[in-house]
Amino acid sequence: MSRIDQQLDGRDRGGPAQPLILAQDLKKHFPIRSGLLNRKTATVHAVDGISFEVRKGETLGIVGESGCGKSTTARLLIGLIELDDGTIVFDGDAVGADLSLKEMRKSVQMVFQDSYASLNPRLTIEESVAFGPGVQGLSDPPKRARDLLARVGLDPDRFGQRYPHELSGGQRQRVNIARALAMSPRLVILDEAVSALDKSVEAQVLNLLADLKEEFGLTYIFISHDLNVVRFVSDRVMVMYLGEVVEVGPVEAIYARQAHPYTASLFSAMPSMDPDNRTLEPPLAGDPPNPVNPPSGCRFHTRCRFAEDICSTAKPRLDVFGSNRDHLAACHMRVPFSGHSLADVETSP
Amino acid sequence: MANISLGAEVVMPVEQRRGYWSSVVRRFLRNPVAVGCAVVLLALILAAIFAPYLDLADPYKGSMIKRLRPLGTDGFPLGTDEQGRDMLARLIYGGRLTLYIGLVPVVLAFFIGTALGVTAGYAGGFVNTLIMRVVDIFFAFPSVLLAIAISGALGAGIINSLVSLTIVFIPPITRVAESVTSSVRALDYVDAARASGAGAFTIVRVHVLGNVLGPVFVYATSLTSVCMILAAGLSFLGIGVKPPEPEWGLMLNTLRTAIYINPMIAALPGIMIFITSLCLNLLSDGLRSAMNVKD
Repeated sequence: MSRIDQQLDGRDRGGPAQPLILAQDLKKHFPIRSGLLNRKTATVHAVDGISFEVRKGETLGIVGESGCGKSTTARLLIGLIELDDGTIVFDGDAVGADLSLKEMRKSVQMVFQDSYASLNPRLTIEESVAFGPGVQGLSDPPKRARDLLARVGLDPDRFGQRYPHELSGGQRQRVNIARALAMSPRLVILDEAVSALDKSVEAQVLNLLADLKEEFGLTYIFISHDLNVVRFVSDRVMVMYLGEVVEVGPVEAIYARQAHPYTASLFSAMPSMDPDNRTLEPPLAGDPPNPVNPPSGCRFHTRCRFAEDICSTAKPRLDVFGSNRDHLAACHMRVPFSGHSLADVETSP
Repeated sequence: MANISLGAEVVMPVEQRRGYWSSVVRRFLRNPVAVGCAVVLLALILAAIFAPYLDLADPYKGSMIKRLRPLGTDGFPLGTDEQGRDMLARLIYGGRLTLYIGLVPVVLAFFIGTALGVTAGYAGGFVNTLIMRVVDIFFAFPSVLLAIAISGALGAGIINSLVSLTIVFIPPITRVAESVTSSVRALDYVDAARASGAGAFTIVRVHVLGNVLGPVFVYATSLTSVCMILAAGLSFLGIGVKPPEPEWGLMLNTLRTAIYINPMIAALPGIMIFITSLCLNLLSDGLRSAMNVKD
């Protein structure tokens, strides 16, 4: 299978330029079963053919509304749910061919949103952190656990023997971070990892994450709905809508100028700090369409102010936007001669 | 951005470090009703176990002239039954059999049902459907009817009663274990364990069982009283314990003819069953709240 990644990417395997993760056309459809015989009656298109890369040492932010497939993408990458279609190439090795899922799991770890549900209430936090290294047969799991607890700011003598319910939310999330790091991962997926924390604790944990990233040479995927936090931590941002990637690019480029109308409306929903500069346009109304029956063409056309006929018939591809080769968007307005009246004209949505 | 000092969050005051089970014991001891019930049950069990050493009258030896003596008769503090046998001795010896028949099926069903339920709940999919649909078949029959049917088919006797009652209690325990396991399995810590590469067996042993056994155990405790009543019912119908064995259900049956002559004596075995099952139910309530970690 290494053939494939040679085709996909001519860069060196395992070298610094090789992306840590190269995801090609990932698909995950969940069947909805009902009735007496449990027949498949419909399909949720949770993740529908997304491709992206995660570069070594970067933080890739993933944003989007609830149900857009952010968490499903994370679970696909970590192997908690099976891919229906697509390839994941981990540092040049295709997962499932050159590299077994089990081997990849050692290198990818995840921190979940709910700090309480992600710790076993019957285990002390030291036992929780030592569990993974024990399973993988790493040397001296208890010592490893104690070292990591100390590293995330929890004195192992004072906290090691405590149970999760005896810790605060921020402390529990530190334990979860220690648990992820105990496996010596290269990629850590932070799935809304700080969203449930209050602002002061959130800042502490974000600082801790930044320090750990530098110290252990980690790569992060940072999933969040908080655009301010994403801007603070990310190098690049990927915007998802209904199981598809609508825009991806360097954080400053996207925050300066959004190529896709969906991204623009997401950002316009961000409250402004300046009362003179407050948002006057109405925010995006309603919920996203049902992912069981995604709209044809561009999935956003049902809610888009600029939608035209072409948007409901042809699916836009991710294409370079503006002068930055890294900034991609999937919108007909950004493709010259696409048939959209605003195409090939510099228009700010 | 400047680093804020780590570990600055407020530390909750936590008393001396103890394990989970010792904290359960501590919370349990704070509940006077549950402790009282535990003491009564313990007394009943100890009396049953050490009955031969208690200097009681022979529970099998009757006397035609001393039949149905009332409570407080000289030499017979709880009177005598319809064959002139000492009620106190019979009630204590009867507790041996009744508690035995009440506890053994539940213990057996607890192990078998938990194994089935955890397997179904963790494996999900086809395995779950297979196990749970078979369990559902047993749910189609009322438990009393099922126990009578199986006992009737196997024939009277203590061992057959135990077998039939075990079969009756496997389905409800399986169902509880399955539902608790499914909900535990959906929690993030199981996902985190899977992400660390642990196999299903390790995850069940370390992360699932500890969180499933508690609720299932509490449920099983509450079934013990049902089991005793069912066992008593089987004896009452003559397909459980045979006379002249002392057993509360059977005694209730044989004494029912005396209910107009000496109602207090006839009610005594029923009172024993009532006290025992009430204590078991209150005890399981107490255990349930003591096992709640967040208290």
